[in-house]
Formats: sequence, C-alpha cells, structure tokens
Amino acid sequence: MSNAAAKSKYIQGSTGPWEIVIGLEVHAQVLSKAKLFSAAATQFGADPNSQVSFVDAAMPGMLPVINRFCVEQAVKTGLGLKAKINLFSIFDRKNYFYPDLPQGYQISQFKHPIVGEGVVLIDLPDGGTAKVGIERLHLEQDAGKSIHDQHPDFSFVDLNRSGVALMEIVSKPDMRSSDEAIAYVKKLRAILRYLSTCDGNMEEGSLRADVNVSVRKPGGPLGTRCEIKNVNSIRFIGQAIDYEARRQVDIIEAGGSIDQETRLFDSKNVETRSMRSKEEAHDYRYFPDPDLLPLEFEQAFVDKIAASLPELPDEKRERLVALGLPVYDATVLVGEKEIADYFEAMLAAGAEPKAAANWLNNEYLGRLNKAGIDIAAGPVPAASNAAIVCLVADGTINGKTAKDVLDIVWAEGGDPKRIVDARGLKQVTDTSAIETAVDAVIAANPDKVAAAKAKPQMIGWFVGQVMKATGGKANPTAVNALLKARLGITE
Amino acid sequence: MAVDTKTVRRIAKLSKLALDETREAPMVKQLNGILEWVEQLKEVDVEGVQPMTSVVEQRLKMRDDVVADGDKADELMVNAPGGEDHFFVVPKVVE
Amino acid sequence: MALPSDLTELTLAQARDAVRSKQVSSRELTAAFLKRMEAARVLNSYVLETPDAALKMADAADKRIASGEARALEGLPLGIKDLYATKGVRTTACSKILENFVPPYESTVTQNLWNAGAVMLGKLNMDEFAMGSSTETSCWGPTVSPWRAKDSTAKIVPGGSSGGSAAAIAAHLCLAATGTDTGGSIRQPCAVSGIAGIKPTYGRCSRWGIVAYASSLDQAGPMGRDVRDCAILLKEMASVDAKDSTSVDLPVPDYEAAVDKGVKGLRIGIPKEYRVDGAPPEIDALWSKGAEWLKSQGAEIVEVSLPHTKYALATYYIIAPAEASSNLARYDGVRYGRRAEGIHDIAELYEKSRAEGFGKEVQRRILIGTYVLSSGYYDAYYLRAQKVRTLIARDFARAFEKCDVLLVPATPGPAFPFGQNEDDPVAMYLNDVFTVTVNLAGLPGMTVPAGLSANGLPLGLQFIGKAFDEETVFRAGRALEVAANFTAKPTEWWKE
Ligand SMILES: [Mg+2]
Ligand SMILES: [Zn+2]
Repeated sequence: MSNAAAKSKYIQGSTGPWEIVIGLEVHAQVLSKAKLFSAAATQFGADPNSQVSFVDAAMPGMLPVINRFCVEQAVKTGLGLKAKINLFSIFDRKNYFYPDLPQGYQISQFKHPIVGEGVVLIDLPDGGTAKVGIERLHLEQDAGKSIHDQHPDFSFVDLNRSGVALMEIVSKPDMRSSDEAIAYVKKLRAILRYLSTCDGNMEEGSLRADVNVSVRKPGGPLGTRCEIKNVNSIRFIGQAIDYEARRQVDIIEAGGSIDQETRLFDSKNVETRSMRSKEEAHDYRYFPDPDLLPLEFEQAFVDKIAASLPELPDEKRERLVALGLPVYDATVLVGEKEIADYFEAMLAAGAEPKAAANWLNNEYLGRLNKAGIDIAAGPVPAASNAAIVCLVADGTINGKTAKDVLDIVWAEGGDPKRIVDARGLKQVTDTSAIETAVDAVIAANPDKVAAAKAKPQMIGWFVGQVMKATGGKANPTAVNALLKARLGITE
Repeated sequence: MAVDTKTVRRIAKLSKLALDETREAPMVKQLNGILEWVEQLKEVDVEGVQPMTSVVEQRLKMRDDVVADGDKADELMVNAPGGEDHFFVVPKVVE
Repeated sequence: MALPSDLTELTLAQARDAVRSKQVSSRELTAAFLKRMEAARVLNSYVLETPDAALKMADAADKRIASGEARALEGLPLGIKDLYATKGVRTTACSKILENFVPPYESTVTQNLWNAGAVMLGKLNMDEFAMGSSTETSCWGPTVSPWRAKDSTAKIVPGGSSGGSAAAIAAHLCLAATGTDTGGSIRQPCAVSGIAGIKPTYGRCSRWGIVAYASSLDQAGPMGRDVRDCAILLKEMASVDAKDSTSVDLPVPDYEAAVDKGVKGLRIGIPKEYRVDGAPPEIDALWSKGAEWLKSQGAEIVEVSLPHTKYALATYYIIAPAEASSNLARYDGVRYGRRAEGIHDIAELYEKSRAEGFGKEVQRRILIGTYVLSSGYYDAYYLRAQKVRTLIARDFARAFEKCDVLLVPATPGPAFPFGQNEDDPVAMYLNDVFTVTVNLAGLPGMTVPAGLSANGLPLGLQFIGKAFDEETVFRAGRALEVAANFTAKPTEWWKE
C-alpha cells in the first residue's frame, strides 16, 4: 500500500491527522443441521424453545457430545483462510451469567483454538488489494435469545439458538478504515459461502461482527480500544467505525481518555453507546471443560478435507483473468458466490467468457440492481442469458435485439432462440433487403445526402433511418458498409 | 495472597451469591483457612509438567450431524418457575 | 438355600437366586423392604420413598420371571442416590435449589438398572450436591447411621456424601444402592458403615443424567453388603454411553466371575506414604493385618512409593470446587429450580435464588472455586493443581509397574458424631485423605469392611486398582472380606 493511500485514510482532528486501527471478531454460524453439542435442529425461525434439547437447556446432569460435521466445517474454513490447522485443541468454559446462557458458561476455545494464524486478501474500492491477518478461528456455542419488547416488566427467553455452532474468526488489527473493514467482511463472507460452511446471512444473524476500534497518531502507539458488539449489517459496520473513531478523536482532543469498554451500535441514531448490562468487570474464569476431552485428529483428516476444498474467490479470479477477462470484471464476478456460480453456468451453457462477463455485468446485473432483486431470485436463468450471448456472437441477432430479447425473457420467460424465431427478430444480413432500404432512404432525402457528403458523421442519421425501416433487425455492420459506399464516404 | 472482605464481595458477585454482611467476616476466615492449607502445593516442583486436562485416555467422541432431539418445549417448561407461551420469563433485562 | 424369616437379611446375590428360582416373589421381597423402611424412618436415609412404583415394578418382574425371561437384576429392590435423575420422580441432589425438580429424563445408569429388571424403592439422602463427608448438609436433614459406638446412644454420621445409601444398606433398607464418588463419597461412607463399595474407573459408568459436582472426578458406583453384590451391580450400572464424551469404549466384563479367583500370586502394593501423622494407631494396625491376611492367602506384598500423596487433598480441594463453581452456575432460577420471591431485576433473581437455594458448604465451595479460577489466581491455584494431578497420576502408573493392586486404609478413623467439623471445613476435608488420590488419578477404588474400632464402630480397608482393572480389585476385595469375616451388625435401636 502506498504512503499516499495510507494518508488518505486518516481522519482529521483539530490537532492533526488520526489513524484508525480496526480489528474484527466475526461470529459465523456453522451450516450444520444439528447443534454443536446436541442433536437439536438449527433452523431459523422455529417456534420458541422447539429446537431445544435438555442439553441446550442445561438441565441437571446433561452432557455435551460434539458434532463431527461442525469440526470438519471449522477445519475447512481454516483451510479457506490459508490458516494453520491445530491437530490438538481444547474446549474451555467461559463463565458468566445471562438469562440466555443456560449453562452459566459458554463452551468455547480459549488457549488452544482449532485454527491458528491465516490471511485474507481484501479487494479495495480503488481496485487495489490488501492483506488482513487472521489471528485465529475457534468453535463455540451460540447463546439463546432474550426478547425485551414483548412485555413492560419481563424479558422472554428462547433457547432455539442456544448451542448452535459458531466459528469465531478473529482478525489482526490490520484494517485502517471503514472501507477496509467492509471489504474484509465482504471477502470473508464470500469465502464462507464458497466453502458452504456458513450461509453468511446477516439478517438472520448467521454472521455478526464485534468491531474493535481505536485511534492513534500516525505511527504512534496503539490507543485504547472499544469493542462494538454484534453489528449485523455491512453498512452498519462502516457507520459504527466512522462514528466510533470520530467519538474517540473528539474525546482525546478535548483532553479526555478512552475507557476500554463494550459498546453497541444504535442503527436508528447511527451512534455507538456504552452497554449498561456489561458494565460490571468481567472475569470469565476460563478453564478446560471437564465434560469434554481435548479435540485431536490426524493430519490425514485435514488432508481429506483439503482435497475436497472448492475453488475460492481469489483462485477463481485468477482463472477468469487467464480466460481474458479484465481484472475489474473478474473481481466483480467472483465477489459474490451466487454471481460467480451464475457466470460459471453461463460458460457451461456455451457462452464465450468475455462476452458473457460483459453481458452479465452490464445488462443483467444492472437490471437486477434496478429492480432490487438478488441474482438467486432473478427471473432469467443463466442458460437463457448464455443463449442470448451466443445468438449475438453467431450473428443471429444484433446487440439491440439482444436487449429486447432479454426484456421478453425477463417478463415472460421462454427460450431466447425460440423467441427470436417466433417473433422474427433475426437480424437482416440479406444484402439485397438492406440495399432496398438504403436506397429508399437515400432517394427520399436528397438534401441530407448532400449534407452527408460534406459532413461524414451525418451517416449516423442514415443508419438510424435504415434500422427503423428494417424494424431494427438489419445487421448494423452491413448497413454501415452499404451507406458508406452509396454516399461515397471513404474513411 | 490472603482474601479480604473486598475480595469475598467480588467473588460473591461473580458467583451471583447474595452474601449479607454478617456472613462476610466468617467467610473471609474460612476461605483464608482453606487457602492457607492449599498453599502447600507451592512446595511441589511442577517445572515442565503438563496440566491434566483429562484422566481418560481416549479420543473425543463425535456425533453425526443428525437432528434427533428437540420438540419438547412442554417438557422444558414443566419445572420452569416463570414460563409463558413456551418462553422462559425473567425480570426485564436492560442492555 | 433356606430362606431367612426376614427377607431383608438376604444379600443381593442370595435374593437374586431366590427370586429367580421362584423361592420368593419380587413382590414379597419388595414389600419386606418397604415395611422395614417405614420402621426406620428415624434414620432419614430415604428422602423419597416410592412404594407404589416399587410394587408395580416388582409385579412386572414377577411376570417376567414366570415367563422365564428374568434379567440380571430381575425383581431386586434397590435404593437410588438422589443425585441420579429419575424420570417423573423428584430429584433434588438434596438441595433446596432443586427441591421441586422432577426430571423429564432418566439417568443412563438407572435406566441400565431398570433395563436389567431392578426395582426402585426410593431416593436416598446425601450431602447437598454430594459435597461433604457426613450427609449433614442435605436440605432434607441429616441421615443417622444405624451404628452406635459401644455403650453409647449418641447419634453418629453415616459418612458421606452417599450416607443415605450407606445407612440404608447397613440397616437392610434395600438390597444394595447406587452411590457416586467424587473424592471418596462411596468408599468413605461404606467404610464407616460396615459395607462394601466400589468407585469404578473414571469413564466406566456414564455420568449422563447424574447431577454434576466435579465433572472430571465424579463417578457412579455400587454400594452393597459385600463384594459380590457390588460386582453384580456394577456389571449392570456400567456401559458405554454415546451421550457421555468421557464414557470409555471398553466392554464391561463379568465382574462376578472374577470375585472368587483369590489373590494367590497377586502382587499387593503397600504405599508407605499412606502412613499419615496423627492417624489413630488402630488404622495402621488394621492395615498391617490386612496385608497379613492377603499374604497368608498367597499374595506377594510389595512396598511401593506414591511420593505426591500428601498433596492430593489440597489438589482435590482446588479442582473440585473450581469445577463445581461452574457446574452449579446452571442453578440460576431461570429454567427450573428455586426462584426467590419478591425480586425486582435479574441480578437479584440470581443472587437471592442462589443464596436461598444453596447451603453453606455448597456456597463455600462455589466461592473457593470462583476464586481459584479468577484472573490473577488461575495459574497459582488451578493450573498448578492440574499439574500436581499429573504427578499424582504418574506416581500410580509407576507403582503399578511393581504391583497389581494397592492396599491402603479407607478413612483416618471411624464415623464421628454430628456437628463435629461444622465450622472447620479443613478438618472435615481431612476425612477424604485416603480416598481423593484415586479420583484424581481416575482409578478404581474399593472399600471392604475389615474390623471394628476400639469403640465398636466399623473400619474398612481400601484397594486401588489399575485403570479398568476392577476385576483384580474385586478379587482382592473378596479375599480380604473372607479373611476379615466381618459379621458385626448395628443393633436395631431405631425399632425401639
Ligand atoms: Mg468475542
Ligand atoms: Zn465468541
């Protein structure tokens, strides 16, 4: 990263520039059917306490037994983060009282996590990339949910989430702006989705971030950090960082100091606030959970998972660039798994990579965007878009007709080739038909012909007239060539 | 490393045990008695010794990812001191 | 075999044979125990009697016997320590915090027993959450030992924490019972109540459904009138359980078959470190006598060393409270158990419910446990204790290179009167001095009645075996039992 780029990220205070230092702890829900230590279901939106076993409710004498699939998913994710997989890890108890924490402790990993250091390459808005270090990934249980808005005097506790497997992915404090933090979360989410280890759904809480923010004078010692808990949208992460950094700078510049504390993000007022309930000093009294043995596996277990790893965004981008795509287009296509999958499906249906990328990025994604529809819910299957791209490539239709065909498929569905046939949308390449149209236009507009001879860019007007006369189906190249010949334009 | 009243109050808070004042002094005395007695462990040379995390010499058992439990909200509520509509109910928690 | 006029005189093995051969029905046997229980309520060994369910189970057993489908424990009435969750039957761990708790599930061990045809007479008293050595801390009041010292009418404790089980067996209020042993809670009450009991190897019996005290030390085991009864019962209690990560994948042997194999050729280790200062000389004398008995039956006596023995008790009293402080966090008044009245916020709900619900000793251990785990003290206390624990286990591994089983005292003395150690926790903890090492190392340990103290109270001796070698422990235990020929019985003063 260039020095200039670094400087542009500083925020200005009354005493000069400040650097923001950001680290993220992302909680990613493991995509598993059953919970981490019980056989209850993990589905979102079930009836209250309907997906709760006696283990999840911490009834007396209940014991945890680990879900192998969750272990595999953690290892897989670790491999996707290019991280060190620890063949020996330990589950610890993190002790604290909260109504949605039935055991009075969360089973987590403290000193010996299942995954160690790794790295994520993030894609910055300016087209550059940066590396964000991964400190660790550990497996832990989710807590239940306390609902506070159902009754003026009581909170209601639903334990459906209690015991669901989470991967806590802790970054190094390597980010210096909200843009970088956003790029990191986007990339992390893409990796998780490529791996199918987490659905990345932030609205349903499958992916939440605890954001650690501090500020310092450029090059100076690290400042005191505040942790903003459970931020659940990418936009909020950016807003929370910007607000929090500004708050800290203002306090320090007014002669105050930052208290290390836990804060929450209030999205309505776009501000961070101290959390009252977490005020009292915490002492989690971590110790190895005596109900569980250390988690040990062989390198062969890791190797087997490594062998099944899918292509990840960075590798896919490299491959697409090798196919001739510009880096920018490739980055857009791989950034979200659904788009990448869609693009791959277009290639599989026979579309040429560059044309397919152009069509998808410029035409289809644009329309989806305007309509506010996700690609997965979009009305046009990849095969149809591929067919349109192919119809253009083999000269069956021209670019303008292609857009019309897309409109038809979008609105009514159907096979593009059949639509083109049935509605006579094939471009006219028959020279005699085009000649007739050209001659007619020239004959009808003698004054314009004279003008065009003096001012060759007038040819555009003639092209328009011919296209109109042929119902837009004439091959534009042929029309151009013929007009030039007839009008005596030579260049 | 003697325990004083302040420490007893702190650990009572962490343990979520209401400890009225009359019990603080005797508790200080008893805890100190126990702690003085366990001080003897300081004599042991534990240099290079691994802490025991499990007495069982076997690999951690693992379960398949199969849903085979749940659907027992009624049973869960049977012993609940505050239960309503399949929710556990507690005094309002302020975040 | 001629049946005794009082069916409660029968041992478990005798009753099994009599029921199976239809000499007596399970209903008759069960009714005899129920009647005797009623007459012995002053002992307070049962905190809940379940006579109706017992008779129902007995009738079902009689049906099976009639149709020739008798299982290992068909129709045999047992008492269950109140630490085992029993489905639909109040289970309290003898704590006020669970005083109304009715589990909707059955512990694996008790389920195993019912699957073998056993009959439940009721739930047995114990120290609250199994924390204690006298059964004085139960929220249902203390259990009184059926034993009395020579020429005395003073009530004495039955030991603990499985004191209700020990008293019930000694007073013939069940054929046998389940206990649990975290630091000696099976062996110590058995020793001072003149009965036999074994804490099997950690991992042998499932902990699923047993209220946890200290997870890395807790182990279920049988208590019975003699070694054979314990062997029969353990075979049924033990199992490999997929619901307990620490249950070990090893087949359960036929322990009864091992009982009579004798000790000829066995090397019996005598660890010199178990001679502790201040222990009464009669304990030492009994220990030496025990070694002589075994030697005369052809065993070889080997002197061994367990150098870290003296640190075991302190190690235990760090690790057990630490785990307990965390295990007992779930009793918070939110989902089950006691909730204090008149509370205004969640902090009050926790603090008051727990202060009201937990007894003094439990609170003391929670506080100590919280302290040794808290930041700044973890390394000095908990981590160091876990390292010493490694050394203690290593001592045993080395000793077992030289011998097959160890013989040691069971307790530092006979049972004591009520209230003796009430405000001196450390003095109370010293009762476990000979038993906790076994829990720390996860090994099997069995106590067998061996003689009477000068004041006429039972004393036991203890065998410690290699991990998962309960069979050798049973062999040695039986050999000692035969030699000791312990026939003393409590006078039935409670019937007066
Ligand atoms: Mg965190
Ligand atoms: Zn976490």
